[in-house]
Amino acid sequence: MIWLNQIVQGVLLGGYYALIACGLSFMFSVMGIINIAHGSLAILAAFALFVLADRFAISPFLGLILVLPAMAAIGWALQRAILERSMRAGLLVPILSTFGLSIVIDNLLFEQFGADTRSLAPYIGSFSYDSWSITDDIDIGQLSALIFATAVVLLGGLQLFLSYTPLGRAIRATAEDPDTVGLVGINARRVNATAAAIAMATVGLAGAALAMRATFDPYAGAPQLIFAFEAAVIGGAGSLWGTLIGGVVLGVAQNIGAQINPQGFFIAGHAIFLAVLFGRLFLGGRGALILNLRRRRA
Amino acid sequence: MSQGRAIRVERWTGLSIGSVAFALALIGALAAGPLLFDANAIDKLTTLFIYIILAVTWNALAGYGGLVSIGQQAFFGLGAYGAVRLANAGISVYPALVLAALLVGVLALPISAFMLRLKGGEFAIGMWVVAALAHLLVNLDTLVRGETGTSLIALNAYGAETRHALTYWTALGGMVALIGVLFALLRSPLGAAIQAIRDNEDAAAAVGVRVMRTKRIIFVLAAIGVALAGALWLATTITFQPKTYFSVQWTAYMIFMVLVGGLGTFEGPILGAILFFAIEAWFGATGVWYLVGLGGAALLFALFLPKGLWGWVDNRLGLRLLPVGRWLRIDEGETRS
Repeated sequence: MIWLNQIVQGVLLGGYYALIACGLSFMFSVMGIINIAHGSLAILAAFALFVLADRFAISPFLGLILVLPAMAAIGWALQRAILERSMRAGLLVPILSTFGLSIVIDNLLFEQFGADTRSLAPYIGSFSYDSWSITDDIDIGQLSALIFATAVVLLGGLQLFLSYTPLGRAIRATAEDPDTVGLVGINARRVNATAAAIAMATVGLAGAALAMRATFDPYAGAPQLIFAFEAAVIGGAGSLWGTLIGGVVLGVAQNIGAQINPQGFFIAGHAIFLAVLFGRLFLGGRGALILNLRRRRA
Repeated sequence: MSQGRAIRVERWTGLSIGSVAFALALIGALAAGPLLFDANAIDKLTTLFIYIILAVTWNALAGYGGLVSIGQQAFFGLGAYGAVRLANAGISVYPALVLAALLVGVLALPISAFMLRLKGGEFAIGMWVVAALAHLLVNLDTLVRGETGTSLIALNAYGAETRHALTYWTALGGMVALIGVLFALLRSPLGAAIQAIRDNEDAAAAVGVRVMRTKRIIFVLAAIGVALAGALWLATTITFQPKTYFSVQWTAYMIFMVLVGGLGTFEGPILGAILFFAIEAWFGATGVWYLVGLGGAALLFALFLPKGLWGWVDNRLGLRLLPVGRWLRIDEGETRS
């Protein structure tokens, strides 16, 4: 039963990974770049919620009403000020510029907030530990369930949005061929900035989830980027739902690893990632690794 | 072009022959360093040599090979860890530093089989995962005692002065050897192949470049260089704490040095390392703001001056001190190939 519990908890943890991976794979699929500052921006959102809760006594759930639009605005500005220019300069420049940005964000956060680890758990009352007992051994935390449900709704909503709305179609068309969409009256620059704004709003949501269910500090961005990347790669290039599966596989592997050895949590996560990567590279032919809108039919 | 004009491929100029001769004389003078300078200066120069190794090898990987890695700290940490392990097994300390670097190079072969199949950002973060995993696995070793770390106790066999001098000479020798190998490699047909892959992998393969083998050579060489830098850093600081060695900050330093100095130029990273060394001496004490500045500078250089300071100088003045390229000369006109 202890194993079953680890698997259940792993699935729930996977909901968080899907949430953080969602923006990464969405952005990659539209613009073909991986934003190295992804994790740092999630931590930035977490600190914003922390400040609202700590100094202004605004509940983190209400705080999201302020923070999510702010993150979307940051995404828009990020695209216009940094990514657009980087993408024009070549394939490697976006990696370098967003890496530089992540160093700036991490250290500014450190300068402002110091090395203390923080959590939003104290600001959401008993919700952080309330749970439903399924059996004697298995409890499902209400917060974990909410995060998982959020991930499902977000991924499903994004999938529907891409499939059935004019803007979603414009985003897919831009992903397919950013030069040609101009001919049919789509402003590729605006579409890309909108996509970046949507991606950053999901990053804000992921930051909130992390901050409520666990602790964070100014340098916590790097591991979040790695988890997001691993979940996105495990999820594969098929559809946004793959991201959810990727997150769940990662979360379950980590929890099983932790059950085997106290150090096993992270090792098992990286190991499952490398195993999937190995399979993808050597057994499955050379396809796209991460979500690829171009090949998906809606 | 008209047929009567003479076209020749230029590889050396008077200036570059002079500058290589100057560099060789400088190396000769530096080799006598421990006999001339005090311990403090020797330590500082050793640090500078390590920075130059880091910058030059990261540039070989990213600037020439087109492989941007954010996980080079994996090899930095493994180089230091290998030295601790080898010294613990009774191998004399200074040979152990070099041997550790070579062993990391061997380890880089299977890693390259995996990672070199990834492209762009996938490769960048994939290497970061490798670094995180290497860190976790090294922590499992009882000799290291987790994050507590351990020391290179075997260094105590030498007196302080001898130790400083030996570390200095190893660093100088390693730096000169790596720069020499890279210089020869980039001037050889392989150098053209590497840059062809960076510019367009499919086109390079189409004209007969063996893409995988070429990338692997540069990847392993970069791994050996960074591992040697890690082992040398251990020799200067003596203590081995996994967290410090496997920190992504090392890669941040490499990126800063190469971007500011000049990505994809041969002289640029050396200039970048010297600048970084000076900046660290002046602003290192400001801690966090110093790191904010490094990240901000990397961001701005990536956006506005992607070929760095040396690329800018090269553009304006055509100054090539250590020439690895080929230049076509047609009468007075000049085109870079």
